[in-house]
Amino acid sequence: MAAASTLKNMTLCLTLVCLICAAVVGVAYAVTKEPIDAAAQAKTTASIARVLPEFTATPQEGSIRVGQADYKYYKVDGAGYAIISSTSGFGGLLTLMVGVTGDGKVCNTTVLSHSETPGLGAKCATDERFLSQFRGFDPAAKTLAVRKDGGDLDAITASTITSRAYALAVANAVEVFNQLNKGGQGDE
Amino acid sequence: MSKWHFITDGFVKNNPTFVLVLGMCPTLATTTSAINGLEMGLATMFVLILSNIVISLIAPKVPDKVRIPVYITVIATFVTVLQLLMQAYTPAAYETLGLFIPLIVVNCIVLGRAEGFANKHGVGESALDGIGVGLGFTASLTVIGLVREILGSGSAFGWKFIPGDGILAFVMAPGAFLVLGFLMVLFNKYLAKK
Repeated sequence: MAAASTLKNMTLCLTLVCLICAAVVGVAYAVTKEPIDAAAQAKTTASIARVLPEFTATPQEGSIRVGQADYKYYKVDGAGYAIISSTSGFGGLLTLMVGVTGDGKVCNTTVLSHSETPGLGAKCATDERFLSQFRGFDPAAKTLAVRKDGGDLDAITASTITSRAYALAVANAVEVFNQLNKGGQGDE
Repeated sequence: MSKWHFITDGFVKNNPTFVLVLGMCPTLATTTSAINGLEMGLATMFVLILSNIVISLIAPKVPDKVRIPVYITVIATFVTVLQLLMQAYTPAAYETLGLFIPLIVVNCIVLGRAEGFANKHGVGESALDGIGVGLGFTASLTVIGLVREILGSGSAFGWKFIPGDGILAFVMAPGAFLVLGFLMVLFNKYLAKK
């Protein structure tokens, strides 16, 4: 039968259980720390490879303040910049990685995280017809906005707000690129 | 008497989803596709088996008044370990299930089996019960996910066989309730017949 519920027993039991549990979690953390970091690293590298042309240099991390927001970016010698840009979508934060090549053109974009409606806005991560519009987009010749706002992009059907957010995120990234390019190395 | 019935009970008579109607939050939220349902079920089963084993071992030593905090601590430990393991080795699954992994701590199935079964039974029986209920939960979630995926996206386990969009509502919350309700009716009709 269970031990009596005296103060001493209860304190002893809870303390012991908590100590053992803390030790188990500590060991698990130590064991998994390396693979977790490696997985995050692999994900970033894969995203950069997707948004920029082939490169051999090691991406260098940096951050810059443009307007009201801080942007994280990766500078890849010979290829361009991979800029992480967030805006509010329909269901929450929409975070993209935007690759901009040295000539100021958008190379490709990829969604890092989003919380858009499944089947509607969530298509912004997979809809080829929408995403292909950004490939090789030249911000000097065309306007980065959906047609409804006077731009040159076709929005995803029934997801104008998501499409707007996507276009804005890319436009912000282009702005960041312009700042980086103007300041030479960019101010750290 | 064989111990086989501890496993089949969890699957049919004590099916956590369709009979006990426990753990509805992950059931409704994560079953947007068969794969997601399967992953959520397996994650819960991992915690369920380990917590059942440990709790059946320590239950005789734990004073009655602090047993719930002790059980929750044990369950939370396994959930945290699971969370770290998933982040390390299956980052994609961790990303889709996200918030619902830490929420396994408060899943009533896990605490329910600890309080209702493991603290009164031996290690072996508790482990079998964990496997049975875990499999029942996994199977239920996979079936719900599969039905929603077929109707909502025209695919099964990520393999698309109907081009186009499917019935959007089934991927969203209303579809979760509809599918769960109809499957519950079917399951209980089948049970009543036996």
